[in-house]
Amino acid sequence: MSTVAPQQPIRKVHRKGKDSVSSWPLRDRMAIYACWGAGLILSSVALLLVGYMFYRGLQYISFSLIFSNPAVGSSQADSGGFLSPILGTLILTTIGTVVALPIAVGAAVWLVEYGRPTWLARSVESAIEVVAGTPSIVLAIFGLLLFSNKIFEPLSFAGDNGVVVGRSFLTAGTMMSLIAVPLIFTSSREALLQIPAQVREASYALGKTKWATIRKVLIPTVRPGIFTGTALGMGRIAGDTAIVVVLLGATLNLQPQGSGPIISTLRGSGSTLTSYVYNNSPAGEGNAPQKAYAAAFFLLILVLILNFGVDVVARRSKKEIT
Amino acid sequence: MSSSDRQSEAAGQAPAAKMERRAELTLGALSSLLLFLIAGMVIYVFIKAWPSFAHNGISWFGASGSVDQQLTKIFDSPANPKDYVYKIGTWPLLYATLLTTVLSVLIGGVLSVFTAIFIVEFAPQQVRDSVSPIIRLLAAVPSVIYGLVGILVLVPFVTNSVISEGRKESVAGVVQLSGTCLIVAVVVLTLMISPIMIAIISDALRAVPRGWKEGALALGANRWRVMWTVIVRAARPAIIAAAVIASARALGEGIMLAMVSGSVGFAPNPLDGVTFIFEPLRPYAATIVDNAEGLSVVPFGQTIYAIAAVLLITALALSLGGAAAKRPLRKYGVRL
Repeated sequence: MSTVAPQQPIRKVHRKGKDSVSSWPLRDRMAIYACWGAGLILSSVALLLVGYMFYRGLQYISFSLIFSNPAVGSSQADSGGFLSPILGTLILTTIGTVVALPIAVGAAVWLVEYGRPTWLARSVESAIEVVAGTPSIVLAIFGLLLFSNKIFEPLSFAGDNGVVVGRSFLTAGTMMSLIAVPLIFTSSREALLQIPAQVREASYALGKTKWATIRKVLIPTVRPGIFTGTALGMGRIAGDTAIVVVLLGATLNLQPQGSGPIISTLRGSGSTLTSYVYNNSPAGEGNAPQKAYAAAFFLLILVLILNFGVDVVARRSKKEIT
Repeated sequence: MSSSDRQSEAAGQAPAAKMERRAELTLGALSSLLLFLIAGMVIYVFIKAWPSFAHNGISWFGASGSVDQQLTKIFDSPANPKDYVYKIGTWPLLYATLLTTVLSVLIGGVLSVFTAIFIVEFAPQQVRDSVSPIIRLLAAVPSVIYGLVGILVLVPFVTNSVISEGRKESVAGVVQLSGTCLIVAVVVLTLMISPIMIAIISDALRAVPRGWKEGALALGANRWRVMWTVIVRAARPAIIAAAVIASARALGEGIMLAMVSGSVGFAPNPLDGVTFIFEPLRPYAATIVDNAEGLSVVPFGQTIYAIAAVLLITALALSLGGAAAKRPLRKYGVRL
């Protein structure tokens, strides 16, 4: 085998440093510019969107809007503010989180620590995937169907003809919890899976039972994970509109039903920031864009705090570990 | 477990073991609750929706005249259950759903793959540190705010500056072009679903074993070729999964689409040329949002629940499909 001299002359490749993009074939260069383009377009659109909301929001928001209730009025000047939608958002988010937390964390613990029988565990996992993918408008009208049953009257109230309305903070909050369950479940499961087996074994070696290990060792360890999921879930609940429009009745102000100081509010209907924005946009009846911008700005701030507050906490907990 | 149970029974008292068992059963029951809920939801919605499907058969999905007029007739049907009107052909709504979902997933998919590659590989450290939180910002914005910006900014812009008078007149006898249209819906929907896809795809790109990349680089491929032919190829299941999960999200987006899509049961006609993208439409989910007030009218409610049933089954299939598509990634230790 004789060595054959290379047929084609060696192409002179212009190399600067390690791997300079300018030496690449045109197609590859185009591809890389496409990457830069896609990334920069998406981020500039995001910044523009949020910047525009801030601009409009700061232009129209005022303390009197935040601290006054919506009123029936023909013009934007006398239709009041959005105090009760803010309260509505807070109430609904609280109910949703309180219902979702035990279910989601319980399911995650059961799946990771027990998970028997396997077929059931797998089905539960799939069920949670399905819940995550179900459109919230479908959840909303299913909720209406479910909670209009006679046995659920304590959760809402009955109309004049004795038919259960099914629309209240309690019913809407219960359905809202389904939006948060997948998020809390996933982050708790990931956190549980990351705990090394030695931690559990050490606890068993000290004579602790499995349940005691879960309660005293595992849950405290995964608390940051649970917290992250909960904050994200709260953000999603606060931002959901479909369930509010269908299941909360979307009356302007809180409308307590029945007796009892707190329970009557919970059984009554009301509105949230999202339904307030929707109703005041040209798509709803209100058509008060200034109010809609102001309320949307408030909502955006709330949701961003919930989403990015998580980052701050995560960073702090990382520091504690290292 | 069983042996310890027997021991505890033999001992006659074992609060610890009993507690253990009770804890496991309680947690298991709590988890199964979700399973029952899903099953119950599917069955319940289908029972409620059945009359609408039964009266129309397969033509429920077909095209038969104006769907909005049919909905009005159903809403106005006589009070006597024997005279209920059910006739409906939801093709325009189905077509609108497919159109918005497929277009936005295609556009968003291409955008997301490139953005994910950018974030994972090509962006300098400082750029990366600012781009990824900004894109997460896009995911955090509630859908009603997208709808608000769409209807107050994009729609007036499109109707005043983009659609010419001549274009409006060209289809004046068929449909009114008011700015709420396919293109606005697709643009806003693309923005909403891209962050989801980017998150899934970039996680998968990061998880491809380092050695594969180094091997390809050592063979002389440039960084783009390595990315495209080795890493993106290995992460293909994630791209499929991302597209499937994003479709489920796009399909179910009701509020935003109800605000910007025009809320007219009209099937945009591709034969109209460019005018096609300016024609209004109304997908399934937006139809439910627009008509939620009339649910108490029995036949109308049943028709709306039939739409919900179709959405529910599709979303269910897509979620399970997305989960199945992600499974091959577990070999890299990626759990999305």
